[in-house]
Amino acid sequence: MKPAPFDYVMATSVADVVNHLAEDEREVKVLAGGQSLVPVLNMRLARPQVLVDITRVPDLQTIELTPDGELRIGAAVRQTDALEHPLVRRDWPAVVSAIRHIGHPQIRNSGTVCGSLAHADSSAELPAVAVLLDARIQVVSPRGSREVRAADFFLGTFTTDLAPDELVTAVHFPPSPAGTRHDVSEFTQRRGDFATVGVATRVARRADLLSECRAVFFGVGGTPVRVPTVEDVLVGSDPTTADWAAVATLLAEALSPPTDVHASAELRLELAATLLQRSILSAWELC
Amino acid sequence: MTIKKAAAPRSPVTPRLVEPTAWRHVDLEVNGSTVSTEVESRLLLSDFLRERLALTGTHVGCEQGACGACTVLLDGRAVRSCLTLAAACTGREVRTIEGLAEDSLHPVQQAFHDHHGLQCGFCTPGFVMSITELHEREEPVSEDELMDQLCGNICRCTGYRGIERAARQSVRVATEGGADDE
Amino acid sequence: MSESTSTREATEAPRLVGQPIPRVEDDRLLRGQGRFVDDVTLPDALHIAFLRSPHAHARIRSLDTSAAESAPGVVAVYDGRSLLGVVEPLVNIEEVRVPPGLIEGVAPIVKIQPMPPLAHDEVNYVGQPMVMVVAESRYLAEDAVEEILVDYEPLPVVTDPERALDPDSPLALLEADDNVGLQAHISTGDMEAAIAGAHVVLEETFASQRYVPSPMETRGVVASIDPFSARLQMWSNTQTPHRVRDHVAHALGISTDDVTVTTPDVGGGFGQKGILIVEEILVPFAARDLGRTVRWQADRTENLVADTHAREQIHHLTIAADADGRLLGVRDRCITNMGCRNVVGLVVAYNALVHLTGPYRVPALDLELVGSLTNTMFTAPYRGAGRPEAAFAMERAMDRLAVRLGKDPAEVRRINLLTEEDMPYFSGLLDRRGLPQEIDTGDYVKMLDMVEEMIDFPTFREEQARLRGSGVHRGVGLGMYIEMSGLGPFESARATVLPSGTVRVSTGSPSQGQGHATSFVQVAADALDVPMDDIELVGGDTYNLQYGVGTIASRAMVTAGNAIDMACRELHTQIERAAAGLHGVAPEDVALQAGKVVVAGAASMTLAELVRALTRSPSDDPSAGLSAHAYFRPPNYATSSGLHAAVVEVDTATGATSILDYVVVHEAGNIVNPTIADGQILGGAVQGIGGALLEHLQYDANGQPTTATYMDYLMPTVETVPEIRLGEVFYPTPTNRLGVKGLGEGGAVGPQAAIANAVEDALRPHGVVVRSTPVNPDHIRRLLRESAAATTSGGE
Repeated sequence: MKPAPFDYVMATSVADVVNHLAEDEREVKVLAGGQSLVPVLNMRLARPQVLVDITRVPDLQTIELTPDGELRIGAAVRQTDALEHPLVRRDWPAVVSAIRHIGHPQIRNSGTVCGSLAHADSSAELPAVAVLLDARIQVVSPRGSREVRAADFFLGTFTTDLAPDELVTAVHFPPSPAGTRHDVSEFTQRRGDFATVGVATRVARRADLLSECRAVFFGVGGTPVRVPTVEDVLVGSDPTTADWAAVATLLAEALSPPTDVHASAELRLELAATLLQRSILSAWELC
Repeated sequence: MTIKKAAAPRSPVTPRLVEPTAWRHVDLEVNGSTVSTEVESRLLLSDFLRERLALTGTHVGCEQGACGACTVLLDGRAVRSCLTLAAACTGREVRTIEGLAEDSLHPVQQAFHDHHGLQCGFCTPGFVMSITELHEREEPVSEDELMDQLCGNICRCTGYRGIERAARQSVRVATEGGADDE
Repeated sequence: MSESTSTREATEAPRLVGQPIPRVEDDRLLRGQGRFVDDVTLPDALHIAFLRSPHAHARIRSLDTSAAESAPGVVAVYDGRSLLGVVEPLVNIEEVRVPPGLIEGVAPIVKIQPMPPLAHDEVNYVGQPMVMVVAESRYLAEDAVEEILVDYEPLPVVTDPERALDPDSPLALLEADDNVGLQAHISTGDMEAAIAGAHVVLEETFASQRYVPSPMETRGVVASIDPFSARLQMWSNTQTPHRVRDHVAHALGISTDDVTVTTPDVGGGFGQKGILIVEEILVPFAARDLGRTVRWQADRTENLVADTHAREQIHHLTIAADADGRLLGVRDRCITNMGCRNVVGLVVAYNALVHLTGPYRVPALDLELVGSLTNTMFTAPYRGAGRPEAAFAMERAMDRLAVRLGKDPAEVRRINLLTEEDMPYFSGLLDRRGLPQEIDTGDYVKMLDMVEEMIDFPTFREEQARLRGSGVHRGVGLGMYIEMSGLGPFESARATVLPSGTVRVSTGSPSQGQGHATSFVQVAADALDVPMDDIELVGGDTYNLQYGVGTIASRAMVTAGNAIDMACRELHTQIERAAAGLHGVAPEDVALQAGKVVVAGAASMTLAELVRALTRSPSDDPSAGLSAHAYFRPPNYATSSGLHAAVVEVDTATGATSILDYVVVHEAGNIVNPTIADGQILGGAVQGIGGALLEHLQYDANGQPTTATYMDYLMPTVETVPEIRLGEVFYPTPTNRLGVKGLGEGGAVGPQAAIANAVEDALRPHGVVVRSTPVNPDHIRRLLRESAAATTSGGE
């Protein structure tokens, strides 16, 4: 199980990466942490001709607070670095929770935050949290740079809005509205596995009722999924006494999860309902 | 640090391969020795260590990043050498199982011996390197972090109890799950 | 080959046997200085990659390897046609042989389908080797494999073992008459009368899924041509080096004298490395054909898809019992999925039948097995070899019987379990050798007593009832089994004093992690009265020791251990006799103690001094060579046993099961090294727990494997199990001098039953019946959904 031949290039600047993506006539793929890409290469399920390694590009290696109070995580930032960063730990608990669910530390020590977004695995945690937090993905290409809302970025399993010559340079997580609390819950058969189903939630409490309720599911379809009917019915309710059976029915109407070797669609639907309830109650407890 | 002979990489032997793509020059440190050589673009770090540097203590179990047998320390962090390109390691520091023991066993290795933490020994180097990352951490490790780390390696022989005991002997585990915010 | 009889009687109590001696192999392995087969790097070695069938069943219309042949770095390309008449098809001869007693007493149908080294006309499972590419590196070999063009004609596929037996099923293998690979029927007593006289007759079907032994080190072979002798030298991580030698010689048409098989450090076997696959023949073929060193190490996908699979049995049981739950008769129709070919004969399936009711007194047995061929990888022994499947079925049935009678599952077992007074117990069946099945020693009620000491059942039941009120579902389950261990026909050992004074002990039984370099040496050290440090163990080298069987079937300590004991006691006598001759004293005046030769009235000698003196001595004593060779032929199986108990909690919302407590009480006669023995039990138990909760090698309806990576094939991890508590009872066997029984497999036999029973117990208020494994979230939620639907529609 060895990768097919490719040429390896260690990029030194963003311009260098963009140049490779635009000018090289061969099939070019960006390599960051490699934790999703290299298994696929080893199994020869992908065969790019050139790999451009972006991990040594200084501009992509930083975690910083932008002037408007957003968290900017550069494309070469490893998940472990984000997880251990005091700023992230203090103000972006949903990002911390998402990362802690990713694989194992041995994977997170190489894997990058933006790599997980660009890879767009339908059962991945970070895309869901990006949607939950209204994150924006910064993209650059020979045509200049642009910004994509997370909700618009994910198009399907392993499919994003990214053009072949575009590079993700960073992700911006806006600060959470005051009073909101988060939870990321997922179901796996073993710690560290891809989520069978997961949900990232954000709630706020006013007068002992949910004044905000947002839930983004993963592992239930090709992209992170929000279910407006469910969010609408929960806002204004007390989650400890809410009609969760009715919520489950709404979910069943809205979601059509896949069946695979790990779980049937029926189980995924049941898990979505169970996890939603547990996740919202966990976040509610923090309010 | 003085490197025992077993820990030092062999002077790299570059085979006369008719590799269809570009070769890259790498300079890196392996178990304290400097290695400077050419590698094929696609050569995995696991194969580089085993086939070119004769450091066969790093074992290859799945090449899918799932089993952890090939775990090494890259700049002090436990990583899958099967998911790491050798070409990407230039300027970095690699530590393998051969680089741990001096005359006597390293504390993590000793803990495995003390608790019957190995049978066939194939997964052992990967486990030892994973646990060494935590062993070397200055602040205490939470229960959750310990389990996260141990779940990143698979053993088929021991039933894990000895491995877990070895890890608890060699890693400073926080008494309360203070860092556990899951 | 002749039997060697020992001349030294046991004169004192063992000193090392029974002690938890720390393992001597650890230091090397911990430093990364183990030498596994893939670490045997020889200069200019070539690497192999295989083109494997992407189809579950197809005819090969045409095959074009020309582009591969000219791909960079390629040295040779072999296809199936090029090997016709060159390499013989593979049959695991020792496994498929039916003993005369079984032919006579059972007359089984055993159809053998030899495996072509490379498919040339028909492929009948995904992963079947078709083309072997030899190149300068594995990378380049895999590149070339992609250049091979094949035109396939897809053929109908069958993967389900019961569907395969339908008259209108597609043939899994065109050259076979039908899909029946195996058929046998054994019985004792009068089953019809048992049913007629029964208070309760229970009919149930219980099925074990397919799963994979999957040691962490995959199968690998290095083959080289000795530059001096021109003989074939192989390093193989096989469990049976002598069988590999014999099969390679046969397949390549050369003398066994010209093949040496050496096992280096081996990274786990569990049965998967105990059966030959064609790759083990093809690698040495290429080495000889090219005159080069050739290496092949399976990658993980090859390991999961194209190396042996296991389990996958369906048991249709009929249990007849009286009002107390006393067993009157058991009927079983066992369907086993053999996969693409019958390569292991009766071994697994017959083992399942003769172990089915193992620990119980059952007057009437009526047992039938059918092995069906399907378009899947072939199934072969895996730790337990038929016993886990049988124990799952029988122990589930015992729990169902208890439910039917409204009795406690432990009490229903208790009145049926064999006790010391029943021993030796004859089941009335013929064992795997074709001789009357005889259980030598044991007391299974004592084991139940011990489990009941370790788990406080009355308190648990109170707690269980209380927690149910708050929506917490906990259950407890038992899994009892026996294991007829110490398979013959023989194992051999040689003990030789080397010029350095070190004693080299060689045996045909190599280690795959069992710690033989410690435990076998403990046996040798006691028998010789020489310190362990002065003894070197060589396990599995066919040049060093010409006859051997291997480490399979829980036999190593029974067979090799006793052969080593015999050879070393003989050598002890030789040493004393030689020293006596040298000094001109009577043998009684000489004693070998703690590695020193003590002669009355003279200074003691080291063994090095003794051999040096002997080489200079003009003595014509034929024993002066100081080397003894012994064969141990077990007169009967040594039957060990185990009782597992699991306490689980089931989250009914998610279907997740967690194990809260796990107890194993085991019995394996005298224990040589308790640390190693406990490790074997524990490791086996976790493999069984993996099968109970997680592992499932799946195919889709087209015969495509859907769990071909460790992301999809779920191995247990450290969190799968809590602390496992062990208890032991001891009933040494009279069948060998050491009194030892095999225990390598046992741990893996009980968990499926214990956990399934515990899960069903936890879900008792929902009235579900667990009929198969793994008991994973999907399975549990399906059972709960069905139960809810049945309740709302007014059913049970």
